[in-house]
Amino acid sequence: MISQFFVLSQRGDNIVFRDYRGEVQKGSAEIFFRKVKFWKEDGDGDAPPIFNVDGVNYFHVKVAGLLFVATTRVNVSPSLVLELLQRIARVIKDYLGVLNEDSLRKNFVLVYELLDEVIDFGYVETTSTEVLKSYVFNEPIVVDVARLPSLGPAGIFMQGTKRMPGTAVTKSVVANEPGGRKREEIFVDIIEKISVTFSSSGYILTSEIDGTIQMKSYLTGNPEIRLALNDDLSIGRGGRSIYDYGSSYGSGAVILDDCNFHESVHLDSFEDDRTLTLVPPDGEFPVMNYRMTQEFKPPFRINTLIEEAGPLKAEVILKVRAEFSSSITANTILVQMPLPTYTTRVSFELEPGAVGNTTDFKEANKRLEWGLKKIVGGSEHTLRAKLTFSQESHGNIVKESGPVSMTFTIPMYNASRLQVKYLQIAKKAKNDNLYRWVRYVTQANSYVARL
Amino acid sequence: MTVGIDVSSLFGEMVMCSATSDIVLKKMCYLYVGNYAKVNPDLALLTINFLQRDCKDEDPMIRGLALRSLCSLRVANLVEYLVGPLGSGLKDNNNYVRTVAVMGVLKLYHISASTCVDADFPAMLKHSMLNDSDAQVVANCLSALQEIWSSEASSSEEASREREALLSKPVVYYFLNRIKEFSEWAQCLVLELVGKYVPSETSEIFDIMNLLEDRLQHANGAVVLATIKVFLQLTLSMTDVHQQVYERIKAPLLTLVSSGSPEQSYAVLSHLHLLVMRAPFIFSSDYKHFYCQYNEPSYVKKLKLEMLTAVANESNTYEIVTELCEYAANVDIPIARESIRAVGKIALQQYDVNAIVDRLLQFLEMEKDYVTAEALVLVKDLLRKYPQWSQDCIAVVGNISSKNIQEPKAKAALIWMLGEYSQDMHDAPYILESLIENWEDEHSAEVRLHLLTAVMKCFFKRPPETQKALGAALAAGLADFHQDVHDRALFYYRLLQYNVSVAQRVVDPPKQAVSVFADTQSSEIKDRIFDEFNSLSVVYQKPSYMFTDKEHRGPFEFSDELGHLSIGAESTGTVVPAQRVEANDKDLLLSVSEKEESGGPSNNASAYSAPSYDGSSVSAAASSQMLSELAISSVTGHASQSSLAIDDLLGLGLPVAPAPAPSPPLLKLNSKAVLDPGTFQQKWRQLPISLSQEYSVSPRGVAALTAPQALLRHMQGHSIHCIASGGQSPNYKFFFFAQKAEESSTFLVECIINTSSAKAQIKIKADDQSASEAFSTLFQSALSEFGLP
Repeated sequence: MISQFFVLSQRGDNIVFRDYRGEVQKGSAEIFFRKVKFWKEDGDGDAPPIFNVDGVNYFHVKVAGLLFVATTRVNVSPSLVLELLQRIARVIKDYLGVLNEDSLRKNFVLVYELLDEVIDFGYVETTSTEVLKSYVFNEPIVVDVARLPSLGPAGIFMQGTKRMPGTAVTKSVVANEPGGRKREEIFVDIIEKISVTFSSSGYILTSEIDGTIQMKSYLTGNPEIRLALNDDLSIGRGGRSIYDYGSSYGSGAVILDDCNFHESVHLDSFEDDRTLTLVPPDGEFPVMNYRMTQEFKPPFRINTLIEEAGPLKAEVILKVRAEFSSSITANTILVQMPLPTYTTRVSFELEPGAVGNTTDFKEANKRLEWGLKKIVGGSEHTLRAKLTFSQESHGNIVKESGPVSMTFTIPMYNASRLQVKYLQIAKKAKNDNLYRWVRYVTQANSYVARL
Repeated sequence: MTVGIDVSSLFGEMVMCSATSDIVLKKMCYLYVGNYAKVNPDLALLTINFLQRDCKDEDPMIRGLALRSLCSLRVANLVEYLVGPLGSGLKDNNNYVRTVAVMGVLKLYHISASTCVDADFPAMLKHSMLNDSDAQVVANCLSALQEIWSSEASSSEEASREREALLSKPVVYYFLNRIKEFSEWAQCLVLELVGKYVPSETSEIFDIMNLLEDRLQHANGAVVLATIKVFLQLTLSMTDVHQQVYERIKAPLLTLVSSGSPEQSYAVLSHLHLLVMRAPFIFSSDYKHFYCQYNEPSYVKKLKLEMLTAVANESNTYEIVTELCEYAANVDIPIARESIRAVGKIALQQYDVNAIVDRLLQFLEMEKDYVTAEALVLVKDLLRKYPQWSQDCIAVVGNISSKNIQEPKAKAALIWMLGEYSQDMHDAPYILESLIENWEDEHSAEVRLHLLTAVMKCFFKRPPETQKALGAALAAGLADFHQDVHDRALFYYRLLQYNVSVAQRVVDPPKQAVSVFADTQSSEIKDRIFDEFNSLSVVYQKPSYMFTDKEHRGPFEFSDELGHLSIGAESTGTVVPAQRVEANDKDLLLSVSEKEESGGPSNNASAYSAPSYDGSSVSAAASSQMLSELAISSVTGHASQSSLAIDDLLGLGLPVAPAPAPSPPLLKLNSKAVLDPGTFQQKWRQLPISLSQEYSVSPRGVAALTAPQALLRHMQGHSIHCIASGGQSPNYKFFFFAQKAEESSTFLVECIINTSSAKAQIKIKADDQSASEAFSTLFQSALSEFGLP
């Protein structure tokens, strides 16, 4: 049971504010924003998503640079409220196509209409876009995505979060195409976030894949869909320790540690032929989340060499090798490395002929940043950085810098080898031209090489 | 909504506008009306007319919307207009209108409870709840009834019976059988209800768990956590099954932690943290899941570090410590500090600490001031537990220049070591001397206190070298503006004047190694947090009574009432039997939450526990006071062992035999009856009230009732035991229980005494209802004797 719901911009402006029960004072949005802001300034890092000020519990999630906040005085289930906030954001995105400050402001009447149907007197009624469609009548005012700056200030907000950029689909589930006719299509995205930690000698210390099969359906008439996964997929690792590598490596089978499913999914034939049957509701939703600690081949190898060159100088050589097929290209790669606090100046030297590289030394947090637009599979890239120190390093450079971390996105690649073998749509009368999109994408969650 | 511009002046026009048949326009009018009605109660009257008309519209959508807007006006003088539309709304043939009407009843209840109850709406909701075909209507009825009956329960006997009836077997099974029809949110509601149900047979427990098993695979974390709560609560009394539940829920929890947004994973991780802390051994092979990722927010890292500390055992310590050492060089300084502390905590809980000590000593050589500072504090704690390591440590500590240490805690730790091991550290007297020379520049009173004690200890070991420094220190201490420093200096001075050997016995007695450091969070608090699984209590690591107001506790929070009352009993000065301390000892885990440090100056004033200013390491031997506090607080704990304590605690020095009652009762009570609070709560919930009476209390009794404890002892003498008490003059509230002498039939009593009106209201619940009359007589006679000389 929640008392209020509101959405704040990054500057703390109230974009949407709904008071459901009148138990919390009106100024709660300001109290909340001040608390969150000063949390950071006091040096305690980000404010936790849940905190209590004077008996009022504040919950928030960050979505697309906006703060979705709920308040209550009751001792509720924290997961329920956070899940709800995330779900409200998703419903709004389903309706508006694009979720940002601009689209929210332009469609506030629609958003209020949605909010009144989602929550009544603080209790959740429904968050299903499907169900809401029959209660909500306002048409969304579609915001043109192309006009928006690609990252803008919202990009900074997104950093450090695990949130996926989601699908590229920015079409509202209710708005009609300019042509008047809706295109019959369905998107299935297999999104994997990988976490790998390499030891200083290059061994893999830990590795994990967190995957999601996301679906967004624009099919009319809600046909049933069958989604077939790898035949050799198995779930759970029985009595064996989760980190018991080797035994399964190379055998080809995909072994998930655990997974969960959306409630629309029927698992009747899952045990026999690894097929999920579902009637997809409108809007975007995760069909299945899974987690895997089975060993996999990491897409990148990182090599770091630190050479001292005199008492006040050192050279860092960073090498990144892409260990995937040359038909695949990774993009938006960023390699970061914290340097000793007494580093004053860094000069960079790229390979001859390198294109799309950016190098930077962030003075404020003493961090080296190396950005690459693209890395083609099989290639290797090197960066040399000459460091100048303000004091003698006493041979402690290795201890005081690193670890090297890396973020990237690799489209059409998945580390787990989990696959959608086929996507079958139960045929109805005249849906002749159906579009089926199955896409794979792998992203770095925490990709770290220690020194 | 309107960019801050007040558009309420357009109210009249908007009312006209709402006569439209365009539903989009109509909805906007409703939105406007809902927003401005409360500020313009007079104008709100204008809207009633068209809203009432719309409630009878052909289109169910409009009926529903109009009804919701009507109920959302929140204007008290308009309630009379609500009853009619709500009544027909509840019987509407469209489910949307019915869901709206059910919530409307709840809104009406909050505007005017009496109107709602007089119109007999709760009974109608109950009927809908058990008969409606639409799951959302049923779910809304459940939410509404929980709220209404919970707040009515205090004043109405019937409501509290109805509230308990929600937890009866037929109702719970009705919901369980339909659970898949409900939306995921309504499922959470149902699961919450089931979590409070107490099955009567073991087979029921397994049936429920089998039925709910697949809920653990739900993508919605709230559903999974609610299911886990049901599983944990159901199996509390079956140790082996309970453990299997832990094993079963591990994988789903880990999946939830790694899927979803960082905020959601934080909420789940907090719950995982709670479970890990309760049963670290079950998670010891999963330690790699608790490794921190560089880009995680610090609130997540902190939880993970605590979990890593908890799960460390013989087989994984090496790897965990290696990992923690990586974090020590982290750019995030607070996390680096936490990591070093974590290494120290692991060292203190392990037997084989060789490798860890080496690591800690390496920290000292890292030449980062905060690393050195944290490491010093840890080395100090470590030496108190493992004095055999002193040689190795001292060699390294001796090389640290006190000038490089700025943080008071670290400085204090260093000074303590200088004092404690001055015989082995060659420079000790001279380092202390130079520190005393800079007395004026030392801003921290803590450091000055330690300096005094250290120089005393040094003096006993190496008098000729220290004498001068001691004189200077005492003089500086006596002139100190800080009260504690001044007092300690004076105390030492007088002690030395009186007798040097006595002074040595006081200040520097031979010490025993500390076997275990005390935990600041009592096991009672931990159990209460566990009982409130899947709530904010877990995230805040505090029971709900610490952060919610009474009126917002939500439905079914009976346990709060009990717990809250028992807090009042904690402050009794009752002596605690020694065996309680031992029994409690094994609960004293080393997870110390910094916030709740309980070590105050009072503990540190004794030189014996000198370096314990940080409170996390109060010496067990020195702080018997603290242990006794712990033991008292655990009296109200959950486990059966604590029920023993109640007996012991209250039975001290009191006559145990039943006192002769004036009218010979037919009923004999067991003077040593035992009932733990958990069972009490269960029974209180299950049993109907068999007797409800009001007695008057004699003026003598009123006079004697200055504190609840007085009555407790008196009733104890009559074999009526108190399980919880609280309140302040003039209102006191007690929960008593008693057991028949021959059989295990129990009586439960709630007794509210108002001293100003000299009346006692009691409610009796009994296993054997036929005996409750006799028990009531007994209770009354016992009560009437209270205050007699």
